[in-house]
Amino acid sequence: MIEVKNLVKLYGDKRAVDDVTFTVQKGEVLGFLGQNGAGKSTTMNIITGYLSSTSGTVTIDGHEILEEPIEVKNRIGYLPEHPPLYLDMTVKDYLGFMFDLKKVKLPKKQHIEEICNIVKIADVYNRVIKNLSKGYRQRVGLAQALLGNPDVLIMDEPTVGLDPKQMIEIRNLIKSLGERHTVILSSHILSEVQMICDRVIVINKGKLVADGTPDSLSQSMSTDHKLLIRVAGPQEEIKKLLQKIPGMLEVSLVGQRETGEVYDFSLEAEKGLDIRREVFKRLAERSWPLLGMRSSELSLEDIFLQLTAEDSAASETENGGNA
Amino acid sequence: MFAVLKRELSAYFSSPIGYIYLAVFYVFSGYFFFGVLYSNTTSLSNVFNGMFTIIMLLIPILTMRLMSEDLKNKTDQALLTAPISLLSLVLGKFLSALIVYCLGVAITLVYAIVIATFAPPDWTVVFGNVLGMLLLGAALIAIGMFISALTENQVIAAVGGFAVGFSLILVNSLASLISTEWLKKFVSGLSFMERYDEFTNGILDISNIFFFISICAVFVFFTVRVFEKRRWS
Repeated sequence: MIEVKNLVKLYGDKRAVDDVTFTVQKGEVLGFLGQNGAGKSTTMNIITGYLSSTSGTVTIDGHEILEEPIEVKNRIGYLPEHPPLYLDMTVKDYLGFMFDLKKVKLPKKQHIEEICNIVKIADVYNRVIKNLSKGYRQRVGLAQALLGNPDVLIMDEPTVGLDPKQMIEIRNLIKSLGERHTVILSSHILSEVQMICDRVIVINKGKLVADGTPDSLSQSMSTDHKLLIRVAGPQEEIKKLLQKIPGMLEVSLVGQRETGEVYDFSLEAEKGLDIRREVFKRLAERSWPLLGMRSSELSLEDIFLQLTAEDSAASETENGGNA
Repeated sequence: MFAVLKRELSAYFSSPIGYIYLAVFYVFSGYFFFGVLYSNTTSLSNVFNGMFTIIMLLIPILTMRLMSEDLKNKTDQALLTAPISLLSLVLGKFLSALIVYCLGVAITLVYAIVIATFAPPDWTVVFGNVLGMLLLGAALIAIGMFISALTENQVIAAVGGFAVGFSLILVNSLASLISTEWLKKFVSGLSFMERYDEFTNGILDISNIFFFISICAVFVFFTVRVFEKRRWS
């Protein structure tokens, strides 16, 4: 469906996108994971034809973006990072304009109404966009992308700047859209991508560093060996007790966030070792209540460090093998 | 193209810009028309003559937001990823400004009709004048649009437009200072005022018509190139 081959984009000397290659199957929901400035938006802008690549090709349904731009653009609905809204127009006028601009052939009024119902903006239909909240604006942007039922939906950080409730709503919406469209979305939130996407591509400094299902990604970066726990009991004794667990590397006190004899610890065991049961058992034996336990979350930075470290290690061994 | 045209037209009249432009145009042309009535002539040439400077000042107001507003609000992302060609996008914008401009120019026809109730004016001269005014405006709109595409700041776009307008007014006096014959001819050949004056004097020279139309074509093309270049840089 979508084929991106050896995509390179130079801004002066800076390689914003560096030799990125991937394909997306029809009906797939692909997540683009990367930090700010990693090259996510640039890649999306190239796929949608807003920017041109320095080299490399983007093909959608057999049509190349530079050779047949109109054919490709007809198949794409794009929601950029900042929704491209004319603030002085009402939602109705704006969607009508975008409908005409995209030369959609469906019955106009009915189609726009349908989409307004899908993204739930029917109640602000006659209001001026300037006066809408961020969440509504995002939805109007999404509605604009959906006009004409394009095969491919491309969304650049669709949940940024929304409050948690709106985030969940938009995520559910995208998930349901994924049943009928091929979707590419970018994000810098790992859990978001894990929740919505069938497949994840991690991009760092313009380079593709990982490509796989969210499960395989999270397995390779399992954090079960790093825990944060909260226990009620004597600080020193707890520490000593936990250190006796086989495979435990480090037990350190994080702080005291509740009043009374309640302490937070951070535990690190050998990699790949799941110590959760053992921790619970030992604390239970001494009747020190375990008030909370969670895996310490990996930040995106940790992920990149891990992925890039694995990458360079792998290439080193390859080279070693060849030599 | 028509979608862009329609939106831009409505944008002119959902903001004060369209109304301010029309009001200023009507006030000044009315003032010059009063002069015509006062001096008991049926020649409207004075109106067209006097409007030259006013048009130079007014057109940048019409064109300043044409492209820069889209760049600033990032709505260009919607326009450039829509399945339309760059040329039809630029033409849509150009025509919207031209139509608003024509609404201003249309008042001169009203003046002609008013004059006609006293004594029949020379209609061919009147239409030549109107044509000259339309061509002048179209050329200036194309230049203004090009400047607006270069920046996302509307004030800079307007100031740039004023600067071009004033330079075009000054070209005549500059030409008279040049002693080299061929250079003098070249510079005065660029003069909008000289060519426009011929229209107001009732001379319909085909080369003048081509001059203004070529200016339009060149700057519409340049505007398309600006967008192309931005994609590639």
